[in-house]
Amino acid sequence: MNENAHLLASDGDGFILDPEDLRAIEHERAHYEQPQAACIEALKIVQRRHGWVPDGAIVAIAETLGIGPAEVEGVATFYSLIFRQPVGRHVILICDSSSCFLVGYDTLREALSSHLGIGFGQTTADDRFTLLPVCCLGACDGGPALMIDDDTYGPVAAEDVAALLEDYP
Amino acid sequence: MNTALSPAASAQADAFTLTLDGAEVSAYPGETLWQVAKRAGETIPHLCFKDAPGYRPDGNCRACMVEVEGERTLAASCLREAKPGMVVKSATSERARISREGVMELLIADQPDRDDSPDRSSHFWAMADQLAIDATAVKERLPSREARSEPTVHHVVAREGSLTHDTTHSAMNVNLDACIECNLCVRACREVQVNDVIGLANRGAASKIVFDFDDPMGDSTCVACGECVQACPTGALMPATLIDEQGHGDSKVADKTVDSVCPYCGVGCQLTYHVKNDEILFVEGRDGPSNQNRLCVKGRFGFDYPRHPSRLTVPLIRREGVPKGIDPDFDPAKPLSHFREASWDEALDLAAKGLVDLKKAHGPDALAGFGSAKCSNEEAWLFQKLVRTGFGSNHVDHCTRLCHASSVAALMECIGSGAVTASFMQAQEADVVILTGCNPTVNHPVAATFFKQAAKRGTKLIIIDPRGQAMGAYAHKALRFTPGSDVSLFNAMLNVIVTEELYNQEYIDAHTEGFEALKAHVRDLTPEAMAESCGVSAEAIREVAREYAKADKAMIFWGMGISQHTHGTDNARCLISLALACGHTGRPGTGLHPLRGQNNVQGASDAGLIPMVMPDYQPVSDAQVRSAFEELWNTKLDDKPGLTVVEIMEAIHDGTIRGMYIQGENPAMSDPDLSHARAALAKLEHLVVQDLFVTETAQFADVILPASAWPEKDGTVTNTNRQVQMGRQAMPLPGDAKPDWWIIQEVAKRFGLPWNYQHPRDVFAEMTRGMPSLDHISWERLEREDSVTYPCPADDAPGADVVFSDAFPTASGRAKFSPTLPLPPDEPIDADYPTVLTTGRQLEHWHTGSMTRRARVLDDLEPEAVASLAPSELRRLGVQPGDPLTITTRRGEITLRTRADSLMPEGMVFVPFCYAEAAANILTNPALDPFGKIPEFKYAACRLSKAAAREAVSP
Repeated sequence: MNENAHLLASDGDGFILDPEDLRAIEHERAHYEQPQAACIEALKIVQRRHGWVPDGAIVAIAETLGIGPAEVEGVATFYSLIFRQPVGRHVILICDSSSCFLVGYDTLREALSSHLGIGFGQTTADDRFTLLPVCCLGACDGGPALMIDDDTYGPVAAEDVAALLEDYP
Repeated sequence: MNTALSPAASAQADAFTLTLDGAEVSAYPGETLWQVAKRAGETIPHLCFKDAPGYRPDGNCRACMVEVEGERTLAASCLREAKPGMVVKSATSERARISREGVMELLIADQPDRDDSPDRSSHFWAMADQLAIDATAVKERLPSREARSEPTVHHVVAREGSLTHDTTHSAMNVNLDACIECNLCVRACREVQVNDVIGLANRGAASKIVFDFDDPMGDSTCVACGECVQACPTGALMPATLIDEQGHGDSKVADKTVDSVCPYCGVGCQLTYHVKNDEILFVEGRDGPSNQNRLCVKGRFGFDYPRHPSRLTVPLIRREGVPKGIDPDFDPAKPLSHFREASWDEALDLAAKGLVDLKKAHGPDALAGFGSAKCSNEEAWLFQKLVRTGFGSNHVDHCTRLCHASSVAALMECIGSGAVTASFMQAQEADVVILTGCNPTVNHPVAATFFKQAAKRGTKLIIIDPRGQAMGAYAHKALRFTPGSDVSLFNAMLNVIVTEELYNQEYIDAHTEGFEALKAHVRDLTPEAMAESCGVSAEAIREVAREYAKADKAMIFWGMGISQHTHGTDNARCLISLALACGHTGRPGTGLHPLRGQNNVQGASDAGLIPMVMPDYQPVSDAQVRSAFEELWNTKLDDKPGLTVVEIMEAIHDGTIRGMYIQGENPAMSDPDLSHARAALAKLEHLVVQDLFVTETAQFADVILPASAWPEKDGTVTNTNRQVQMGRQAMPLPGDAKPDWWIIQEVAKRFGLPWNYQHPRDVFAEMTRGMPSLDHISWERLEREDSVTYPCPADDAPGADVVFSDAFPTASGRAKFSPTLPLPPDEPIDADYPTVLTTGRQLEHWHTGSMTRRARVLDDLEPEAVASLAPSELRRLGVQPGDPLTITTRRGEITLRTRADSLMPEGMVFVPFCYAEAAANILTNPALDPFGKIPEFKYAACRLSKAAAREAVSP
C-alpha cells in the first residue's frame, strides 16, 4: 500500500461492504495463514449480494484482507465466473465443451441467442439475462447442458428454451 | 552488507559440494542452483529472475533450465535448491540448451524488432546474445501474434482508457508490446517496494500487466518509485528520458556511470548516475546498506534540477538602491533585474569585506552563519571552522535546529549520544516496532519499504500519530491521539509499565540510573487519567504499553511529529525512558531511532554545525575540548555557546547580529513565522548567500555566490543509520559556479585564515583528527567501500549497526531516565482559532522546494500548494476538494487549494511547507522548545475560511 492508495479508495464509487459480507469475509480470512487465500471467497461473497464486483468492492476487499487492490483485481479477472461488469438478474452459462458440442450445443446456442436477442457477453435490455459460454459443467451425460444461476439443466432441446426461461423472472 | 543480518557466515560452516558440468563446486544450504553456478563463474540465462536482494525467484520464464541427473524433466535453476551430491548439467546440457533457446525464440517472435524496441540494450536482448540467437532468422521462421489478444472471456472487456503504449506518466513509459509477463514488475511493486499498484490481470493470451484497474499509469496510484523500471528485463517499462518520439530507446547509451548517494533524505540510498554529454540521463539504485537497490521518486527522477534555467552560474551583487525582500515580480531565472553579474574576485572581496568590517566595528558577536545539511561533511566542517576561527564566535547553526534538535538534546542528556542506537534495518529483526510522529512512506520512502516488508513477515507495527498514514494498512495497532497530547500518552504508557511491573529490572540495574524517580513520577499519570486529553481509550494505551514492554525485541522510530513541538525534548525523553525501562536497546532488533531528515543532517551535526558544541558534540564550554581544537586549528576559540537558528533571527531584530553568511539554507521559507524572519533578513547590514538558485533567502542577499549541486562534487555524507558514504562528481559545474568547499575557503582566506585545501579529501583527513567518531574511517576506505558505519572498531572491520550493548557513552556508563510533565501546546486552539495547523513534507517535494520544484518530473507530479483536510471537515466548511481555502493564524494568512484526505483527523489541516506561493511558515508559531530550541511547526491554532473566487490560486 502506498501514499496514494487512499486516493483510490476515496475516488471509488462509494461502495461500502455490507456488514454481513464484511463479517463473512473476515470469517473466511481467519481460515487461512495468508490473506490472499481468502480472496476468491471474498469476491464470491460480494458477487452473491450484488450480482457482480464493482471497483469499489475490489478496494474494500483489499482493505479488509490487508492486501493490495491490484492483487485482488488479478484474482478477480482471472476467474471467468467473477463478473467485473454488471450482468443481468440471471446468468445463463451454456456449455461449449466437446461432448456438448457433439450433441447439439450449436442449435441450443442459436435458440437461446435468437430468443433473447443477445450474443455471448451481452445482457438483455430488461437486465434479465446475461448469456455466457462455459467450458464444462461436468454434465456430459446429459448434453447439451446449460446452467441458469445455480441450476443445471440437460439435455435441453431448442424448443424447451422459452418454457425454461419462464422460471427466471 | 550488514553481517549481523546476513546468514552467510553461519551457512559457510555447512558448505557441501555438488557436481556442475563435471566439476566439483561448493554450495551452501539454502542456495539455489543458479546461485551456485554464479559463484562458479557461470551466469545461467534468466529473464523472470532478478539477481538482487528482495526479489523472490518465480520460475515462470523457463529460461534458466538445467538438467539434474536422475530427473526426467529439466529444473528451473533459479528455484531449485542445491543439495549435496547433486549432479547438474548446465552449459554442457544439450537438452537445457534446446529448452532455453526455445523459450527465447518464442518470446523473440512476439517482441518488436530490436531496433524498434523500447530498449535495444535490454537484459532480454543481452540474454538472446548470450544464447547466440539470430533474432532476424527467428522472426522469419516464427509467426508473431498480430496484436495483443483482447480478453477472450466474453464478459471481460478491455476497460476504457486501457493502453498498450502508455506515456501518461511524466517519468516512465510503458510499451506492453515488449512485455513478456515475467512478473518482475509485479514483484518489484508488490513485494520489494510494497506499493501494490502493479498487477497481472486477465488470463491466458489476454493476460496483461495493469496499474490499479488497468488505469493509465499517470492516473494510477503509482508513487513513481521506479522499482519496476529498474526490474523490467525488456524495456517494456522505461525511464521516459531514454525513449524517443518513435518509442525507441537504449539503456546503454551513457558515456559513463558514476556511483554516488542520493541528495535528498536521510535514508542515504546509494545510486548510480548514468551520464551522457555531461548530463544525467537516468538514475539507478545501487546495493547500499540502507537501500538494497531501492530508490524513491525523488532520488530516481528528481535529478535534473542542477540544469534548471534558473541555475546560478555567475556571482551576483545587489544593484544599488534595490530594496531587499520578496518581490512578487522577481524571476529567479532573470536575476539581473535586481542583481548585477560580478567576477569571483569582486564578489568574494565584497562578500568578505562586508563581514570583516562588521566584525571590526561591532565585534565577533555581530556575525553569524548557517551551514547546510544538504552539503557534504567536509563542507560542514569548513563552514563551522570558518565561523569559529574566522568570525570568532559559535554563532553557527543549520536546519537540524528545525528538525531533530530536541531529539538530539534528549538523547545527549539521557544516553550521551545524539545518533541512532540501531539502523532502521534492525526493524526487520524486531517483534514490535513503534512508529510515532513519523510518516515514512512520505518522508523516508525507502526505509518505509523495509518496515512494510517487516510487517508482512510478522513484525507488529504500532503507529502512534494523530494523522493516519499509508503504513496504517500494515499496522497491528494505531493510536490516533489528540494533537499535542503526546507527553501525556507516553507517560501513561510508562505508568502501565511501572504499575504492571513490565519493566526489565535486570537491564535497569545494569545499565541505567534514575528509575526509582521515574517510577514515583509516573505513579499518578495513569491511562485512565490521561485518556481524555489524549483522545484514546485507557485500554488501548494499556494494550500498546504491554505489547511494547513484553516484546522480546522492540524498536521505536520517530520523526518531526515528536521533535517539532515546544515539548519536543520531553517527547523524546519519554521515548528514551520507554526503551530503557524495557531494556529495548543494545541488542539486534531493539533501539531508538530518530529518522533523520536530510541527506547529511547527521553528518552536518557530527561535523559541528551546532552553536553549543564542537564537532562530535563536544561542548564549547569545556576548556579541554576547546584546547584540543585550538591546537588542531592553531587559534583561540570562543568559550561561549552560540545562538541557534530562531535565536539568531531574534538577535538581528535586537540589533546584535548585523551580518550573515548563509550556505545552502533557505530560512526565508523554512523558519517559523516567516514575516518576522524575513523582516530580520531584510534588516541585516550584510548578507552573503551561497546557493544553487536565487532562493527566497537569496532575495535578501547583498552578494550571491553560485555553488555546487550534489552531483557536481566529491564529498561524504552521513545518513540516519550512521553510515558515512562517498558521493562522487558526475557532471561538471555549470558556468562559473564553484564547489562549496572552494568558496568557503576563499571567504576564509579573506578573513586572513591560512587555508590551503586542494580537495575534500584533505578536509576529511583533518576531520579524522578532530572527530573520534571517524576512527578507522579514511577517505581511501570510503572510496573503496562506499559506506562505513561509525563507530567502527578497526580499519578492516565493519562498523557497529547496533551500539551501546555494554555501556552508554556517559560519565557513569549508564543511561539516565529523565521524567517529564505533560505540557499543552504553546498556542492551544480556542474559539477564534479552532483548528490545528500542522506542517510537513510531501513525497515529491523536498523541504523548501528549491531543488524539487525545479525538477521536471517532481513538479509535474505535485505542481501546486494544497491543504489536506478530512472529507467531513471540507463538507463542514462548504468547500469542494480543489477549491481554494484561506488559512489564518495570529501571524498571517495564506490561500491555497484543498485536497480531501481520508487519513486526516477532523479539526486539523496539513500544509506542506515547500510552496513559496502559499508558504506554510507564514502561519507557524515560532515558540521554542526550551532545550532543543526547536520551533513548534507541528501545532498552531488556525482558522479556516472559504476563499472568495477572486482569491483563487492561479493555476
